[in-house]
Amino acid sequence: MSAPRTYVRPMQGWWRRNAFYRWYMLRELTCIAVFAYGLELLTGLWRLTQGRDAFEAWRAALAAPLAIAANGLVFALIAYHAWTWLAVIPKTMPFVRLGGRRVPDTLFVALAFGAAVVASILVFVLVAGP
Amino acid sequence: MKRSNKPIFWSLFAAGGMLSALIAPMLVLLMCIAVPLGWLPADTLAYERVLAFAQGAFGTLAIFVLIALFLFHGLHRFYHTLHDFGVHVGPGIKASCHGLAILGSLAAALLLFALPR
Repeated sequence: MSAPRTYVRPMQGWWRRNAFYRWYMLRELTCIAVFAYGLELLTGLWRLTQGRDAFEAWRAALAAPLAIAANGLVFALIAYHAWTWLAVIPKTMPFVRLGGRRVPDTLFVALAFGAAVVASILVFVLVAGP
Repeated sequence: MKRSNKPIFWSLFAAGGMLSALIAPMLVLLMCIAVPLGWLPADTLAYERVLAFAQGAFGTLAIFVLIALFLFHGLHRFYHTLHDFGVHVGPGIKASCHGLAILGSLAAALLLFALPR
């Protein structure tokens, strides 16, 4: 006896069906940019171990127009990742009650974005400072 | 019952996601755009400066954590996104994704130890 042939809804291309799903997929695909930047850091570290000439050659390669364009895309995707990650923080944590009232989600989002701004300023000072 | 290894990989994913959300946009902007385009002085990331940073205890730890967590975050999320694209993932693909992240982290650790001291 053959198995009953029931209707199975086709899922091919499901995420192209509406804008919400497309933004969801873009958010998930930002992982490629985070991975690519991890590889860039690893490559830079590898070139650093090979001495000055190798490291400066790697830096020159980063300044090529194609590299700038690719890294511009990496930047845009990582910035979108950061935006979405910080914005969903209240959904990933338990409710916090203070004085019998629930602390509003917007406060946590504001704190998260504030922390990102402060951390980014610290990185800027560390890298570009004296 | 066999203990699940999921919490380990989801924790590394979350740690990488948080770290990259906090500072990765600024890091990419400085390292890959502002300095190569000359918006900042070229010696901002000169060999001597970067080497001195990487040789210090904080620099060593920072570089290792950045590379390891970004690789784990990226590859773990990629593994789960494959399902959304209709790819039937099995233990092989899972092991490849996590294995690649582990290999990259190991490489970072070895390279950091290989720096001249």
